[in-house]
Amino acid sequence: MSEPSLLFQAFVYLGAAVVAVPLAQRFGLGSVLGYLLAGIAIGPYGLSLLGAGGEDVMHFAEFGVVMMLFVIGLELQPSLLWRLRGPILGLGGLQVTLTSLVIAAGAMALGLPWQSSAAIGMTLSLSSTAIVLQTLSEKGLLGTAGGQSAFAVLLFQDIAVIPMLAFFPLLAPAGDASHGDAGHATTLVSDLPAWGQTLALLAAVGLVVGGGRFLLGPLFRQIARTRLREIFTAAALLLVIGIALLMTAVGLSPALGTFLAGVVLANSEYRHELESDIDPFKGLLLGLFFIAVGASIDFGLIVSQPLTVAAAVAAIVGVKFAILFSLGRAFGLTLPQGLLLAFALPQVGEFAFVLFSFADQLGVLGRDVSGPLVAAVALSMAITPLLLLVNERLGARVARTERPQRQADDIHGEGAVLIAGFGSFGATVGRLLRASGVSTTVLDIDSDRVDLLRRMGLDVHYGDATRHDLLHTAGAARARLLIIALDSPEKTMVLVHTAQKHFPGLTIMARAFDWQDAHDLLDAGVTHVYRDTIDTSLRLGADALRMMGTRAYRAHRAAQRFFKHDEESMRELTKRRTDDAVYVSLARQRIRALEQMFEADRSEPSLDRDEGWDAESLREEFRDIGAVRDEPPAR
Amino acid sequence: MPRLLILFAHPALERSRVHRRLLAHRPVRQDLTFHDLYEEYPDFDIDVSREQALLTAHDIVAVQHPFFWYSTPPLLKQWQDLVLEHGWAYGRTGDALRGKRVFHIISAGGREQAYQHEGYNRFTVRELLAPLEQTAVLCGMRWAPPYVIHGTHRLTDREIEIEGQRYRRLIEQVAAGEIDLDAAASLATLNAAVTNAPGEVA
Repeated sequence: MSEPSLLFQAFVYLGAAVVAVPLAQRFGLGSVLGYLLAGIAIGPYGLSLLGAGGEDVMHFAEFGVVMMLFVIGLELQPSLLWRLRGPILGLGGLQVTLTSLVIAAGAMALGLPWQSSAAIGMTLSLSSTAIVLQTLSEKGLLGTAGGQSAFAVLLFQDIAVIPMLAFFPLLAPAGDASHGDAGHATTLVSDLPAWGQTLALLAAVGLVVGGGRFLLGPLFRQIARTRLREIFTAAALLLVIGIALLMTAVGLSPALGTFLAGVVLANSEYRHELESDIDPFKGLLLGLFFIAVGASIDFGLIVSQPLTVAAAVAAIVGVKFAILFSLGRAFGLTLPQGLLLAFALPQVGEFAFVLFSFADQLGVLGRDVSGPLVAAVALSMAITPLLLLVNERLGARVARTERPQRQADDIHGEGAVLIAGFGSFGATVGRLLRASGVSTTVLDIDSDRVDLLRRMGLDVHYGDATRHDLLHTAGAARARLLIIALDSPEKTMVLVHTAQKHFPGLTIMARAFDWQDAHDLLDAGVTHVYRDTIDTSLRLGADALRMMGTRAYRAHRAAQRFFKHDEESMRELTKRRTDDAVYVSLARQRIRALEQMFEADRSEPSLDRDEGWDAESLREEFRDIGAVRDEPPAR
Repeated sequence: MPRLLILFAHPALERSRVHRRLLAHRPVRQDLTFHDLYEEYPDFDIDVSREQALLTAHDIVAVQHPFFWYSTPPLLKQWQDLVLEHGWAYGRTGDALRGKRVFHIISAGGREQAYQHEGYNRFTVRELLAPLEQTAVLCGMRWAPPYVIHGTHRLTDREIEIEGQRYRRLIEQVAAGEIDLDAAASLATLNAAVTNAPGEVA
């Protein structure tokens, strides 16, 4: 087959993504599985629309992982990272060590030499950062105990890749000097003595941390001053690519380097701008990566050796699952959270493709061994979203068997109110309703929280509230109110659409995070929209007025007035908002909305309109009348 | 020594010419508690047990407020409804306020002549306070006539200043027991009971 043109390739990749991902979303499979299916569809065993460039595409698309870690770093407070140091080193370290040992032992038992077995063990101990983080965050599970543990393990694995790359050449058969030109191990500093390499490594990390802290702020300020959006985007990309190159040069993982840079920049004022600039590239490249994985699955091999491949997948997933689950329980996770960890991470990660091809070049593994293994790796990645779906159903079952008796003293009938999401927002709403004797049914995805609420005697359903079957079991058909208090705006919109479609009689009250979400919700026809921080900030504002000497009641009225004014201007702006707003970056939209708010504030004559308390006009009337006539009324 | 509680209610003190001046002259004394209702409860969520404890701890209650539509500002009505509970303030077991004295300190826009039967407002201030008087009596309190600052819309700054000084003497003389509230019970207002300072223009 002749090499298709770049544009044609781009067309095929994008077309497959645009068709497959919405379809997969629609069937509740998540975007990752959608991309994988798209890859299978256009790959050599599907429509065969790709040339021989598939593998290059995958290497290129791996950069999406680097960008993803940068964005994750941006969203990660250094304090959280510090708090996770136990799980990262303990859980992550044990997972990699134990899994490597067990799999290597298994490989030796099958008759492979110890060098190959060690390489296989180490490679297969890794999991897929890209798939797991994408899927968990899509499901809103990253914040749960199991999600945090998964994140910690993945972080350790990303670090562990580096010593593995260094270790592989030692496994090569003696006299084989080919490792010098093996792509990923080639570094600028590999000719230096060990202390020199260490020094270069420390210098590079120091440069990223120090530069991020002291240089990037002023630099971005200068660039922002040009007011050229594409230059800022270029600078953001330049930063990520530059760090990746620097890290590769000193033999560190580029993903780790950009992650570090992200953490350093997490407190910078350009965080949101950087995030919204990198985000589309990250998303596209990751999508491309998943498509490439799907396309690389060698169905020829699978068909010719179905049992071998199936056994390999089952063995790998089984071993990793067992180790993850036992470690998770040993590290104090509850049963459902341990299951979540084990169901999330049993696949083999994208680094396996890199490590296997490296091992091939080194002569550590033969094609006959690596071929079926690569197929098994790809398959293990493909079944991850499915495994997480299994976990969700299983979790619902585990939870259902433990359901306690319902309280008899509910005065407003069963489940008159559904609350989706029981984080601090939903919990406050729920507690108020419960304290007032209104019966509530809660849908939540954090199994630990579900456990606790159960013990408190609440009617709680475990699971993803955007699933209409779950809504149905929770009694959405009978309920009067659906209170959406989820932690993610995307999930909120999905739930709104689901509820509007399947339960049109249900009144929706939705939490919005900022103006943007509020606009979207109002556009979607939700009239009861509650912005997350508006009440709190006005309460603080009123107290600030008091501390500056304003009378308490006046401050109270000012805040009440401001709230009404703010709600009105929000609704007004929603009406005026046009579709082209969608194409402007979120950060830009936030600034624009703030600007419009200030304009609206200026046109508001005064917060202080209580004319009834003002005697000025009365006093004027008295002055005019003088002593000629008798008094006007008392006030 | 009697303990005096000033129960103050003004929704917009920042706009008031008269009450701001009066408060500036408020004496600071051990036996005097000043309680600013709108400052304490801007959301109208009155802490009933705290208010009852305050009442219990004092012997004389001076209710100070502007005369809005011949009555009190709304928070003071809310206060009556919630604080003067059955079984505490009145009823078979409600004797917490028995024997305490109460009077109002009122600012009114109209002049004294307007608050006459033949005047513009057709009733005297004391008559217009009848519901409040009856509330006090039902709670076993001894009602004294109101202290009224009339014609506030016409008062010049200088006159308001004089009102402030007179207010100070009112508070001090009540707190010191120099004004016999029982003896004043039949008067139309308390104004005449306050003794002038030497050389002051009445």
